[in-house]
This record gives sequence, structure tokens and C-alpha cells, in this order.
Amino acid sequence: MGSNNNTLVKLKNVGYHQNDKWLVKGVSLEVEKGKIVTLIGPNGSGKSTTAKIALGIYKKIEGEVEKYTNKVGYVPQKVSIDWTLPLRVNDFMVLTENLKDDAINEALSLTGVVHLKNKNLGNLSGGEFQRVLLARAISKKPELLVLDEPVQGVDFTGEIALYELIKKISDELNCGILLISHDLHTVMSATDHVVCLNGHVCCSGSPIDVAKNMEYKALFGEQASQILSVYEHRHDHVHSSEGDIKKN
Amino acid sequence: MFDDFFIRALIAGIGVALVTGPLGCFVVWRRLSYFGDTLSHSALLGVTIAYSFELNIAVSVFLVSSIIALFLIQLQKKTNLPGDALLGLLAHSSLAVGLVVIGFLAFIRFDIMGLLFGDILAVTVNDLIIIWFGGALILLVLKLIWKPLFASTVNYELAEAEGLNPDRAKAIFTILMAAIIAISIKMVGLLLITGMLIIPAAMARNISDNPQKMVLFSVIGGLLSVIIGLFSSLEFNTASGPSIITASLVLFILSLLKIKQSIQLKN
Repeated sequence: MGSNNNTLVKLKNVGYHQNDKWLVKGVSLEVEKGKIVTLIGPNGSGKSTTAKIALGIYKKIEGEVEKYTNKVGYVPQKVSIDWTLPLRVNDFMVLTENLKDDAINEALSLTGVVHLKNKNLGNLSGGEFQRVLLARAISKKPELLVLDEPVQGVDFTGEIALYELIKKISDELNCGILLISHDLHTVMSATDHVVCLNGHVCCSGSPIDVAKNMEYKALFGEQASQILSVYEHRHDHVHSSEGDIKKN
Repeated sequence: MFDDFFIRALIAGIGVALVTGPLGCFVVWRRLSYFGDTLSHSALLGVTIAYSFELNIAVSVFLVSSIIALFLIQLQKKTNLPGDALLGLLAHSSLAVGLVVIGFLAFIRFDIMGLLFGDILAVTVNDLIIIWFGGALILLVLKLIWKPLFASTVNYELAEAEGLNPDRAKAIFTILMAAIIAISIKMVGLLLITGMLIIPAAMARNISDNPQKMVLFSVIGGLLSVIIGLFSSLEFNTASGPSIITASLVLFILSLLKIKQSIQLKN
């Protein structure tokens, strides 16, 4: 992978360990303008860790991170707001950047939660909160968007709509997106590159076009099959429960 | 109508309350009340050093508290002891060392009670200058680091990922904590400074639905506490610190009525 002007962030053989345990090791990937990279893998496989390395949250890492942008929007996997801090959706939207009211309304309307603007963050449902998190990340029109399981807790129809929205944002802003999927097998059709992690990169490639496959079409429904794709894993090794790696 | 010393105390107290209001909100939000205790207990050591070397009390307290704060951050990184144990260790050992040193300074006339609980008679014009200039400086710096500090209080990783440098904001905030303790020690006394920080902020939380309101009510609560506390201190001849804190407690209890109302509304 040679870097070019379109590269936003590039991980070169990075790894991170905590208390002598490697959370992830030997990961290389690159996110370019207008491209969507999806990370998949089982729980504890290092997806969030990889995202945090790319974002510069983890600093004591092995390998190298080259970052070519400072305009970053981030949707963390988990955000908990303490009761001691009274925070409305509106306050949360301007957390890292001062935005005009129009920009706030526009972002909240895009994710369908503009009616929650003056609600307290603690009173939102899981799905509503996810939509607010996404709205906040896109409101500042970032060049790089890192979304850690952005559709968790959102119902299936909503999930399809949010994936459509993410695709639309990617097209309109021409930003690069690093997306972490909670599903091992289905990814957004718009994904350009899939990386399957399990402590290291197990395999990577492009998703299969579901819309062309009649069986999947029947399974997902007409609209969903336009948005979702299936990723076929091609692993050349297996992980035992102890974490050893055996070559096939 | 009032004696000069009382006017001075009132001006000093108002200056202190304007600063403890916003800082206290962060102490509550970031769960730093024990950290505040540790810094203020270590202030006794600062006071004794000031007496020994004839330094300005506020400057000496500020330096000692800052050093203790930095020492604490180092200890947190290098040992596996839980945070509260480390805080307790530093708070009580610096208080103890401070008291031992006072024992050696028998040749100086020392008003220990005034030091621990505040003494309005002790506020000089010089103190007023330190409180108002120092306080203005603290508020100015707080305003400058507000965005990264607030964002990282909500979510550290969001702030870091989106380029706000939360570690720097946290370090600066620690210094501001040492500074507010240094300037308010004469008014409130070192055992009660944390109360001045957290009680008005906790009261404000009960009646606010957004951060700006909470800061505003925290300032108003602090001002009322100081004014009510000082007048009753004059009236009943009680120590100024406990009188101010008791006033803030009454305000806090009143604010609970509002919570009770809103809970009933929900049901």
C-alpha cells in the first residue's frame, strides 16, 4: 500500500499491549478519502483497540500510525453520562466544537432525533442515544469518521436507515470512514474493504454483492439487501480456546 | 455601620465564592472531592513553611499544594495502590507533618483554630488583593481550558480522539485547585475548603438541567452561603468557615425539596 494524497490514516504493523497481554498485534490498514473500511471480528478481538490506535487515544503502541487529518468525528462504543453532570442533547452536540444552531439541527434531523434536542441525555433510550452520538460526530463535517458499532441497540429497520445515512455522509462529505461492525457476517454494501480481526488480521477483502444474490435478497428483503452485504471469511488458520493459532 | 474587618471579610468571601462556584462543579463532575481534601490538608504544611521562612501564606500554600498534587499523580502512575488509599495517605501524612512542624515553632504565636476553620478577623487588604487578582486569574485560565476540560469530563476518549488534548487540561486544572485552596484558606479554613467547593455545586445540581445553569446556581449558592454565613458569624460570634458551610448546607437541604417535587411529577 503506497500512501497518496487521499490517505487519511495509515496503520503500519501496529500493536498494543496492556499488562503483558497483547490486545492486538500486527495490524496494517489504511483509510482513504471517500472510502469505507469495515472492521469485523468476535468480542475481544481488538476492533475497538485498533480504532483507538488509529485515533491516537492509545499512545504507547508498537508500529506506526500516520495521520493526515485533524478533523475527526468519533462515535465510541460506550459512553456513559454520570448523573452528577446535567447534559442535554444540545450541550452534547457542541462538546468538542462550537456549532451554529443550524448545523446542530441539520445533523440531528439527518439521524432523525431533532425532537430530542432539549432532552436530558440520561433519559434517552439506547437507540436514541446512538443516533445522537452519530449526529454529533457528523455535525462537525469531519474528514475522518470512526464509528465503533454505531447501530448497536437500533432496530433492524433503523439500522438499515442509519447505514444508508452513513453511505450518504461518505458520499457528501467525501470523508473516510472506519466502521466497526457488531456483526461477523453482514457489512454495509458500500464498504470498500473488510478487515477481519482476532488479535491480529485474520483475513481481509471485499464484501459480496448481496443484491445480486436471490437467496440473500429473499432473506434480507428488497431494501435491506441493497444496503447490507455478506462477507465470506477466508481464514487459513483456526484459533483454539487457549488462543493458539493453528494453520489449516 | 459595620466594622472594617467585616467589610473586608465580605469582599474576600464574595471573591472566593465567585471562583469556587465553577471549580466546584468540576470537582463534583470529576469526582474529585477527596482530591480537594488531600490538597487542602497539605495546605497546613504550606502555612507552617510560610511562617518558618516568613513567606506569603497564599504563595507558600499554592506551591506546597501543587507539589503534593504532582507527587500524587506520580504515585498513581508508579504504584498499584488504589486512588483513595493514596489520597488518604497524602492527606493525613501532610496534615500530621504540618502539625508536628507547628509543635517545633513554639516561638511563634499560632492561631490553629483560625487556620483550620477560618478567621474573618485575619483578612487584610493584602489578602483582598491576592483573592481578587488570583481569583480573576483562576477564572480566566478556567475559561481558556473549559472546552477540553469539559469534553474530557464527559468522555476522555472523545476529547482525545477529536484533538482537544485532555491531559494538558487536567494538569492545568490540578494547579487551579491548588490555587483556589491557597486563596481561600484564610476565609474558610483548611478543613472546610472542600465543603465550599462541593456543597454549593451539589445544591446547584439538584436544580439544574444543563451545565451552564449548574455553574450559575453554584456561584449564586456560594455567594449566598458566604453572605449568610458571615453575618451569622458576626451575630453569634462563631468561626467564619463553619458558619459559611452550615449556610450552604441549609441551601442544599432546600434544594432537595425541588428534587422531591420533580420525582413526584414523574410518578
